[in-house]
Amino acid sequence: MDNALLRFLQYLGNQVTRRIWRLGFASRFFLAIFLQSGTAFRRLNLTLREIYFTGVLSLIIILVSGLFVGMVLGLQGYDTLQRYGSTEALGILVALSLVRELGPVVAALLFASRAGSAITAEIGLMKATEQLSAMEMMAVDPIARVVAPRFWGGVVSMPLLAALFSAMGIFGGYLVGVQLIGVDEGSFWSQMQASVDFRQDILNGVIKSFVFGIIVSWVAVFEGYDADPTAEGVSGATTRTVVTSSLAILAADFILTAFMFRGA
Amino acid sequence: MPQESLVEIRNLNFSYDSRPILSGINMTIPRGKVVAVMGSSGCGKTTTLRLIGGQLKPTSGEVRVGGQVVHQLDASKLYALRRRMGMLFQFGALFTDMSVYDNIAFQMREHTDLPETMIRDLVLMKLHAVGLRGAHNLMPSELSGGMARRVALARAIALDPMLIMYDEPFAGLDPISLSIVGELIRKLNDALGASSIVVTHDVHESLKIVDYVYFVSEGKIVAEGTAEEMKNSTAPYVHQFVWGEADGPVPFHYPSRTTYGEELLEREVKRG
Amino acid sequence: MSRTTIDIWVGFFVAIGLASLLFLALKVGNLASASSGETYTLQARFDNIGGLKVRAPVKSAGVVVGRVSGISFDPVNYVALVTMQVEAQYKFPIDTFATINTSGLLGEQYVGFEVGGDENMLKSGDTIKKTQSAVVLEKLISQFMFNKAAEDGATTATKK
Repeated sequence: MDNALLRFLQYLGNQVTRRIWRLGFASRFFLAIFLQSGTAFRRLNLTLREIYFTGVLSLIIILVSGLFVGMVLGLQGYDTLQRYGSTEALGILVALSLVRELGPVVAALLFASRAGSAITAEIGLMKATEQLSAMEMMAVDPIARVVAPRFWGGVVSMPLLAALFSAMGIFGGYLVGVQLIGVDEGSFWSQMQASVDFRQDILNGVIKSFVFGIIVSWVAVFEGYDADPTAEGVSGATTRTVVTSSLAILAADFILTAFMFRGA
Repeated sequence: MPQESLVEIRNLNFSYDSRPILSGINMTIPRGKVVAVMGSSGCGKTTTLRLIGGQLKPTSGEVRVGGQVVHQLDASKLYALRRRMGMLFQFGALFTDMSVYDNIAFQMREHTDLPETMIRDLVLMKLHAVGLRGAHNLMPSELSGGMARRVALARAIALDPMLIMYDEPFAGLDPISLSIVGELIRKLNDALGASSIVVTHDVHESLKIVDYVYFVSEGKIVAEGTAEEMKNSTAPYVHQFVWGEADGPVPFHYPSRTTYGEELLEREVKRG
Repeated sequence: MSRTTIDIWVGFFVAIGLASLLFLALKVGNLASASSGETYTLQARFDNIGGLKVRAPVKSAGVVVGRVSGISFDPVNYVALVTMQVEAQYKFPIDTFATINTSGLLGEQYVGFEVGGDENMLKSGDTIKKTQSAVVLEKLISQFMFNKAAEDGATTATKK
């Protein structure tokens, strides 16, 4: 009995130390990316290539999801607002929920599962097949050549994808609200414009998506770089990327929202 | 300053998480020679290569390459040293997102300002040396195992290194590819005037091409000598390894706390 | 995939990304109509501001002319002190009447200016003297019900 308790405590302690150790390693890695970012900026085509893989290839899923989310918001919002006879506020509802919350958050979640997992799998496989080691032996730093361009590619892509998601969502809300249900088009847009503030709402949304971009890219490149160089190791790391970055996005969203929209 | 040996390893110890991998290794790699490091799987051969390349730091002892102590170099000097080393990884480790051509051009593009036309000439020359000039447009996934190994070989010699290291160059190759790769290792070494270290457990292929052999077992050097000496060696470990015998100094049975007889008896006692 | 194809796609991606940001800023948000220029400060005291919030619009004749920049409690007079930033191009007479209105039955609340006839204009830092508080819906309803009850009481009394 004592023995089992002791073992449990030992296990608990091990887990905690391991996690703290990993967090420390991840932070050091984050710093290393920044220090080694020269190549990613000097040779812009390396980063452009990663923007292609993370951003352009995520376009379809982002645009289609944005459209549907906006259409659902249009339907649900109309259903709720008509009970209070203020359906002309539909534009405000759709735009504010997209620009402030759903755009950055849902786009980031999709981005984590579409691009983040791909980055982790790619770097993990490069590690498992000794490509990173080979690069090191060729006197090329893999953090500068492989990790940093992917990180910055993700950081650049994320705000653009979130903006596209929001714009597409507002268009979806407009389609359903104005074209299908018949909310007055003028009040849809004008009420939206009157209530959505550029700095307060849109800029804060962009800041959010920028932060999420850093989180997802960081988690993705770290998990790939830290993956066990085996098939199970890489698949485990890919799963961890999606889980960790999704949780981190939601937690960061709460913190950022609390800072940004407090008392507004 | 001319030196007799390119690589010198003195009293090298290395442990991983307090588990000793290498203990008291001494090796000398003379210039212009091909040296094999042999031993069964997991005996620390690959670790030796990584220590020479400076990817790992020794627990004690030192590795000197061209007179410089590898683990004391700072990052830029270490990278300068690595530019003069080529390494062939176990399964080639080709960059899977680049074509054969780009794989070989990689180091030239990273480290030199050569114009693209000159890079093209150099790449095709290297590929021609391994007999794959016609394959420069292929992606690594379109290559057979033997071809991939030859491309990796061409990549390892891309910058005409002074030291070429091979990590299991023969693993998983068919007999034809095996002798092609074996022959290439010897020819390229002599053509480039380089020195080579071949880590392998393929005795027959490597004894054909190497000048000198070190046998490593459980992190220690147990035998060394020229290829001829090894073939005729009567030392029990070398004999077992060279002739591929199932039992000998390297036991067939994994060590156990009890003997089989005791275990059988124990079960009888429990039943009774 | 060749480098130029990648460049074209990335260029396209960045272009539509920025375009959608621009769309959000101009069409969805109020960047275009936002007071980018100069503003001046006006203050007004209200007995009750209801649900008025910071950044609520200030309208005159239905046109947004400024925004509420601060709301505080005046501990001397026990009233609410509302600070507003009004666009410099709009001047109002000193007898302007500030009211707190609601757009729609349950819409957001805003400050409305009803312009008076004085020839002197309000300057920055001035306080608007004439104000009318927010209409508090609960009060209105209870008033209505009280009246109704009183009326009912009166009719029953006359019937007797």
